[in-house]
Amino acid sequence: MKKLVWIGLFLALAPALPARTWVVAPGTALSSIQAAIDRAQPFDTVRVLRGEYHVKGGTTINKPLVLIGDGWPLLDGDQQYQPLSIRSDYVSVSGFRVARCGSASLEDVAGIKVYRARWVYIFNNILENNYFGIYLSACRNTWVSGNRLQAEGTVEQSAGNGIHAWKCDSIHVAHNRVQGHRDGIYFEFVTNSYIAHNHSEGNIRYGLHFMFSHNDHYEHNLFLRNGAGVAVMYSRHVIMSGNTFSENQGGAAYGILLKDIQSSHISGNTFVQNTTAIFMEGCTRSTLEYNVFRQNGWALKVQASCDNNVFQYNNFLANTFDVATNNQLVLNTFNHNYWDKYEGYDLNRDGLGDVPYHPVSLFAMVSDQMPYAMMFWRSFTVLLLDRAEKVIPSLSPDQLRDDTPLLKPYATDTKHQ
Amino acid sequence: MKHFSAIALPGAAKRQDEQPLPPMPLLKIAKYVVYDILRSRFVLAYLLFLVVVSMSFFNLESDPAKGMMSLLNIILIVLPLVSIVFATIHLYNAYEFTELLLAQPLRRSDIFLGQYLGLALSLCLAFGLGVGVPVLLYDGSLRGGVLVLCGVLLTLAFVSLAFLSTVLSRDKARGIGIALLLWFLCTILYDGVVLMAMFAFSDYPLEKAVMALTFLNPVDLTRIAMLLQLDAAALMGYTGALFQHFFGSALGMGLSMLAMLAWIVGPLALAVRIFRRKDI
Repeated sequence: MKKLVWIGLFLALAPALPARTWVVAPGTALSSIQAAIDRAQPFDTVRVLRGEYHVKGGTTINKPLVLIGDGWPLLDGDQQYQPLSIRSDYVSVSGFRVARCGSASLEDVAGIKVYRARWVYIFNNILENNYFGIYLSACRNTWVSGNRLQAEGTVEQSAGNGIHAWKCDSIHVAHNRVQGHRDGIYFEFVTNSYIAHNHSEGNIRYGLHFMFSHNDHYEHNLFLRNGAGVAVMYSRHVIMSGNTFSENQGGAAYGILLKDIQSSHISGNTFVQNTTAIFMEGCTRSTLEYNVFRQNGWALKVQASCDNNVFQYNNFLANTFDVATNNQLVLNTFNHNYWDKYEGYDLNRDGLGDVPYHPVSLFAMVSDQMPYAMMFWRSFTVLLLDRAEKVIPSLSPDQLRDDTPLLKPYATDTKHQ
Repeated sequence: MKHFSAIALPGAAKRQDEQPLPPMPLLKIAKYVVYDILRSRFVLAYLLFLVVVSMSFFNLESDPAKGMMSLLNIILIVLPLVSIVFATIHLYNAYEFTELLLAQPLRRSDIFLGQYLGLALSLCLAFGLGVGVPVLLYDGSLRGGVLVLCGVLLTLAFVSLAFLSTVLSRDKARGIGIALLLWFLCTILYDGVVLMAMFAFSDYPLEKAVMALTFLNPVDLTRIAMLLQLDAAALMGYTGALFQHFFGSALGMGLSMLAMLAWIVGPLALAVRIFRRKDI
């Protein structure tokens, strides 16, 4: 009851609170965003109307403010400045077009850069042809959502990352669309964060790239046709679920490259037409389950440096090779996966094959050492060699096997997405 | 040699004073060959086999891409075997018919090419219906079209080789032996030998050599055309990208098409040459 009284009192007094709205429009008395910001009191609103705003040195928000773009006003960096810098907590920026920020070698210039702030909201903006798109530096409790970032980078050196977060905690990156940057989404030292429903396509290097970022949760993101797919390194307690990794093709392109990942959970993801769907190196105690691998060159490349990982309930469909490895040493567990190349039988009808499945084919090992031998894949001769190897394994690791292969694909679309 | 050919071509000198040749004797011969083949019902059995095999592959595999992969194995092994052996046997069986035709005022090349056309047409038709229709029904994508086109070209190439093996020997058993040897060479032996060479010279950069070597085998050309469709993702890795770039480019596709045509026209032209000079 007492709470209700307080809420009623707040609602009654709200219009009387001294927050003001400042309207900025070209050709009026208040035509500069910076002037409006300087005049505004903390927690005021600045409404910027349609127009082009070229500001020398860029605009800086240094107090708690709500900045709203009305009719997609353009903040242009003229390839020299950083259009928008945020150096305060409690800032909200939405509805802007931010374009052509400068680029520098010593400093990472971005379309929108946030310095050491908390509770900053950047949403529904369009960022075009920026060096870095949205840059969060040492931020906490910050939300970046619904933004569209587009750049036309051609080489790694001259392009910056789309959404770049450095040393952040508890940030929320969702529903953004990033195209043509160096890395679509880049995290370094970012912890306890949630990244969902982003669409990262056609970036020069990685769609998503994170390092030293622990306890993060990535779900339902789409990574499409990125130069080198997705790279995930030196992190622990990461959850990646329901993401789609598609058409990341090239000699060094991976659906996901997992390097030194510990205690992580990768489940319900879909990998389609990647050269290598998952490449694992130095990964420990992780679980990969309920994933679907379809039409990839190599579904899994598990290096012998990985241990205590569990692969279960995954579906391997129409991949050229299911699993490749670089050594006879196998410290990981495979069970209850569906392999479409499995040819065993199930006499007791429990849905599990009675004969173990060896997912590493001889030719996967051969083509790993002699890549041009790929030219003879699907040749009848190679088929015979592969068969012979299946009967009497000599090169492929005998220990790498699924003792309980599923006879029917696991129905991933109904469970565990 | 000239003397020899003069004997072998009695019609050539007399042509002017004979009545004019019937229009398009080549097509007429082809027509009779097709009728003859249809009567033997072997081609119908082949058609039925292809339909059953393709339907069962597509029904057994959940993914049409997987069905295509299984079908490709059949096309690379069974199709060349059936084409070359059936064509060879048919030519030996139709030897008397050929002799009869030779007695007519017809050009030898017309007789020969008419028979080729008839045989190739009926085998391609069986393949086109037996594989093309199920592929269209279950897959219906570009790779399906490529598969059918490749199969047709491969049939043509192996019928050409069959004609070559028949003109090389008069003895039926020997001719079939040559045909089987050619099939074995193209489908199994060649790849094995090249693979062995690759292992032996694995210290050298062999990419270009391997690419050149694939042109020397029609089965390999077909396989690679399909590989580009089915395993595109895997081919993008490492040097695979090199092949992808070459065979996927307009130049590479044009060259492989030319090579395939050479495999059809080459043996046939050689066979025609031998046949024209042959003492029947």
